[in-house]
Amino acid sequence: MSDALTGQGEGRLADNIAFFARALRAAGLPVGPGTVLDAIAAVEAAGIGMREDFYWTLHAVFVKRHEHSILFDQAFRIFWRRRALIEKLIAQMSPIAPGGAKEEKKPQAGALRVAEALATPRQEKPDPVEKTEFSARLTVSDREVLKAKDFAQMSAAEIAVAKRLIAGISLPDDEVTTRRFLSDPRGRRIDPRRTFRRSLRGGGAVIDLAYRSPALRHVPVVALMDISGSMADYSRVFLHFLHALAEKRRRVHSFVFATRLTNISRELTSRDPDEALARASKRVQDWEGGTRIAHALHAFNRHWSRRVLGQGAIVLLFTDGLERDVTPELTFEMDLLKRSCRRLIWLNPLLRFDAFEARASGIRAMLPHVDEFRPIHNLASMDDLCRTLSGDLSGRADPRQWLRAS
Amino acid sequence: MADKPGSIDDTLTLLKSTGYVADRPLATVLFLALRLGRPLFLEGEAGVGKTEIAKVLSSALGRRLIRLQCYEGLDVASAVYEWNYAGQMMAIRLAEATGAVERDTLEDDLFSERYLVKRPLLQALEPDTAGAPVLLIDELDRTDEAFEAFLLEVLSDFQVTIPEFGTVKAEHPPIVIITSNRTREIHDALKRRCLYHWVDYPDAERELAILRSRIPQASEQLSQEIVAFVQSIRREDLFKAPGVAETLDWASALVELDAVALDPALVSDTLGVLLKYQDDIQKMQGSRAKDMLDRVQGALRAPA
Repeated sequence: MSDALTGQGEGRLADNIAFFARALRAAGLPVGPGTVLDAIAAVEAAGIGMREDFYWTLHAVFVKRHEHSILFDQAFRIFWRRRALIEKLIAQMSPIAPGGAKEEKKPQAGALRVAEALATPRQEKPDPVEKTEFSARLTVSDREVLKAKDFAQMSAAEIAVAKRLIAGISLPDDEVTTRRFLSDPRGRRIDPRRTFRRSLRGGGAVIDLAYRSPALRHVPVVALMDISGSMADYSRVFLHFLHALAEKRRRVHSFVFATRLTNISRELTSRDPDEALARASKRVQDWEGGTRIAHALHAFNRHWSRRVLGQGAIVLLFTDGLERDVTPELTFEMDLLKRSCRRLIWLNPLLRFDAFEARASGIRAMLPHVDEFRPIHNLASMDDLCRTLSGDLSGRADPRQWLRAS
Repeated sequence: MADKPGSIDDTLTLLKSTGYVADRPLATVLFLALRLGRPLFLEGEAGVGKTEIAKVLSSALGRRLIRLQCYEGLDVASAVYEWNYAGQMMAIRLAEATGAVERDTLEDDLFSERYLVKRPLLQALEPDTAGAPVLLIDELDRTDEAFEAFLLEVLSDFQVTIPEFGTVKAEHPPIVIITSNRTREIHDALKRRCLYHWVDYPDAERELAILRSRIPQASEQLSQEIVAFVQSIRREDLFKAPGVAETLDWASALVELDAVALDPALVSDTLGVLLKYQDDIQKMQGSRAKDMLDRVQGALRAPA
């Protein structure tokens, strides 16, 4: 640190920036100690002349995501006004008189979160957690019974066991080739760089060919999950499935919707499934409400499709398709979704009924726009899903057969 | 060669001198990036002038611009360096033909700078008489995560390790500008090493200034109408709102058509320059565009 920082005014500035960083951290911005040092260096470099410059200097260092801008803005206003510091610091460091303080504005988005972060932390007692223990040792026949059993008909204990089985499910082996190469003794392309290095070991007399082959990578999976009331029995179990998928591989994007669309990909990356689900539920505000499929698909297509559907993603649409008012918009959004991904797989728990027919107008509107139509009501159907993701198309669930049948 | 700007105001003037109309936040972050020697990470919608900043910076400072366009499957061979295999092969054969050559000399010879094909990242680390170059890593979101991890070494230490050759370290770190259209989220580890800035659509006043400086042939009335129309079209619920680049394209298209003011038929015919999605064009064509144009022209006439 330079000598200047130990001076009277700037020493206080450094302290205040550290306090401000702490407030930002509490408001949910990922701010580390390294960032604080950067911020102090940046403010030193820029020199405080105007409130606006000071604002953007700190913004450049502390904000790393567009979404965080609004939190930063609120925190900046609250923190630096409450202490009325900037004006004092500017007065100390420069002869320029500060501008008048800004007027009080109505609360804006993010204000609550920041206000909470700046307030003294409340002591919250965690709710007593009921502990239940299950025996994981199941006999073979138990497993078989459980596999075929509908999630909705399982008892709480059975669900718990099913969740453990999901964690151990054999995940899809859906790798695709990329344009990168890895060295591979059985590869079919010559790897010139390694060939030369190897040849030189022998003095360049013999050219010992090394081979390479294209690297493989998991296909990104995007799950759109309906969590409305009619899906309640299945959605939480399916979330466990998504968590198992997200834990083993990196590219899984999960969205849930009932009346509004929420991205819970980050929440699902917690290692512990229960913690992940708890964090996800906290994020989602419309558990088991009504459904607005067209609305949710529109929001997805507009705000997320370009960001998550790259690199040949497969979309898993998990919904019963019981949309109340079927509009042309639903067809349009489904069509758009299908055209922007590699494969669109509709998972519908209603298929558990043997006598299921595609009668509901919502289902009929959506069916022509999906590649596959599959059940998802028990462990066996999850296994099937994994198999079809691995590229085994034998049990392919062609949606057209349902349209023809009814 | 111009010197790096000494203050935020200098940065603003510097950008203005080359015809880039920047707002103060952008100038602040640019000044900090230059002063602290940190990479600048620019995110924003397509066509808001992210790439342009690097170009302007290189011409204003008189530095060389090295551009690395990212794409899926970009690898070390096309981003950093590659060995000239054909040349190496020739060298081996020649050595064989001329007779016994020491193995070590041959190896030193083969993996020397002579056979090294330098790609953008390595070029950026080389000393330059005009000062450290401007390295533009464009559309980083298009490449895959593996490449980002590789960039970490380059961006934090400004060095590249070539196993056969040794470590190449930049004497003067290049000015690095990374852009992203945010089609996916860039990893935090990379962002942490950079200064971040979200480049937004400009407000009406700044857009008008940009238009005036870039397309001076357009009449004053036309420029004002174009800006007002584009600003109001951005408030519509569109799949892809037009960026500044589209505004400029549209303005030059209208100038080519000898337009002095906007009229509904002209707008309808040239909407394809501004909007790039069929759904958006359909939505805006016909009466909707006419209504909007009427409103815009009414608003412009009102204060006069």
